[in-house]
Amino acid sequence: MIALELVLLVFLFFCALTAILTKHLVAAVITFMSYSSVMAILWLLLESPDLAITEAAVGAGVTTLLFFLALRRINALKGVDEDDD
Amino acid sequence: MLDLIIHQRLYIGSIALFILGLGTLFLHPNLIKKIIGLNLMDTGSFLFLAAMGYMEGGQAPILEEGAEQVFINPVPGGLVLTGIVVAVSSTALFLSLTCRLYRRYHSLNLDDILMRMWSGEDKVEQEEDQESNPVSEQEENEEPK
Amino acid sequence: MLEDYEAYLKYVADHPKVSFEDFRKKREKKPRQAPSVVEEYDESEEDAAMEAEWNEGHIHRMKMWQRSYAVLSVLVSAVVLVFFFQVSIQLPPFGDPTNPDLNEVTERYIEKGLEETGATNIVAGLILDYRAFDTFGESTVLFAATMSVILLLRRPRPVKDSPIPRDRILQMVGLVMIPAVMMFGIYVVLNGHLSPGGGFSGGTVMGCGLILAYMVMGRSRLEHYLTPNRLTGVTVACLCTYGVLKGYSFITGANHIGWEVPKGKPGAIFSSGFILPLNICVGIIVACTMYTFFSLFSERED
Repeated sequence: MIALELVLLVFLFFCALTAILTKHLVAAVITFMSYSSVMAILWLLLESPDLAITEAAVGAGVTTLLFFLALRRINALKGVDEDDD
Repeated sequence: MLDLIIHQRLYIGSIALFILGLGTLFLHPNLIKKIIGLNLMDTGSFLFLAAMGYMEGGQAPILEEGAEQVFINPVPGGLVLTGIVVAVSSTALFLSLTCRLYRRYHSLNLDDILMRMWSGEDKVEQEEDQESNPVSEQEENEEPK
Repeated sequence: MLEDYEAYLKYVADHPKVSFEDFRKKREKKPRQAPSVVEEYDESEEDAAMEAEWNEGHIHRMKMWQRSYAVLSVLVSAVVLVFFFQVSIQLPPFGDPTNPDLNEVTERYIEKGLEETGATNIVAGLILDYRAFDTFGESTVLFAATMSVILLLRRPRPVKDSPIPRDRILQMVGLVMIPAVMMFGIYVVLNGHLSPGGGFSGGTVMGCGLILAYMVMGRSRLEHYLTPNRLTGVTVACLCTYGVLKGYSFITGANHIGWEVPKGKPGAIFSSGFILPLNICVGIIVACTMYTFFSLFSERED
């Protein structure tokens, strides 16, 4: 259990580092999404299933979508959703 | 020392995430990255709170009849549950502010935006925006030579 | 400002009767004037030199500010890091049952929670009975955030319909997924006082279901039913219901003297007093908030 928690924490840390340091904004947002999913597993390990449900729905769902839509609004997604037009 | 760090792993992990987010919020010029940093700070503090409430061998605080149970602390759970949802709404607010800034300055870089604000370029755009407004045109004409 | 003033002192030696404000206005106006207008000035060369000098000073100031800001923020981050690290090393051991945060407040919530609120889920009893006004405040924060985002992103004219995804497989899978996601959300909300979850968790899941429906069925079909005005109205109605239901604590006094909400049998779906309707209210508020955020952000900037 301790080993699993340590692995998840190291993964979280590197996800955060990647999300911050990468130049590509879409890559940063996707990394942040995986960060949230791992965080949901960590909530489950901490015996808080309600937090896990919320974090999975919010972090991997709503926040990521909001980031993507904001990027699309300001036309930062050039070349990503070209077939949408 | 290493044993201590491994034992306090969640505290130290949450602090690492918090500091990472704080540094991003301070130092990264990109506004979207700043918002990601703010979210990292949020989750770091939530993780710290939940780790404070955890107890070895404890269960989620759902009562079952006739069973002798040991529960974790429910107070941080309640705090974090509301906190996560409020964090989303603040993220949405900051993203909409970013959209408005982009609409006006056509840049996501805070240094660019500040440079243009300080050099007075935004005033030009402001007047261009107000050109349809007759009141501001009158004021323009009244300016001293 | 100070550099402005020094430049003004140089300028005023040649041109008396010019006030500082006029000078600043003139210089700020300079770059946006057409070249032909600029040439009419006698002192155009002098002004251009002054302009260059001023710009140089401006850039220098900007660079100095950036450098000092970076150094300061690194310093602050380092100090906070060292301080927090020391504190976390010296905190009571993680997961120890004798930790000071597992104090009499927690014991009271766990031992008396079922008796006093009637909810088997202690977290639900905690956030919707003991601290119900705190949750009321949080819901109001959500509402305020929705209003600010509407104000910031509102477009005066209607936007064109966003295209429905052309991928047939994705669309059909989405159609199948919507009822499952919505059912799970509704289950989590309705069972909030018996099992993990509650208004906040189930509300976000329901919001995700609504967002999925928006993406699969397209904007116009969903907005026919869920107009922004209607969503705001539903949110306000839920907030008012919450306030009225929780107002019984005011009417009956701190310990609910004289009138108690019937608790029901613990474990039954209709039990634990007002926690079930409060959960439903919070769930609807959260779902509406999530959906409103999504629909506002998904409008395209032209």
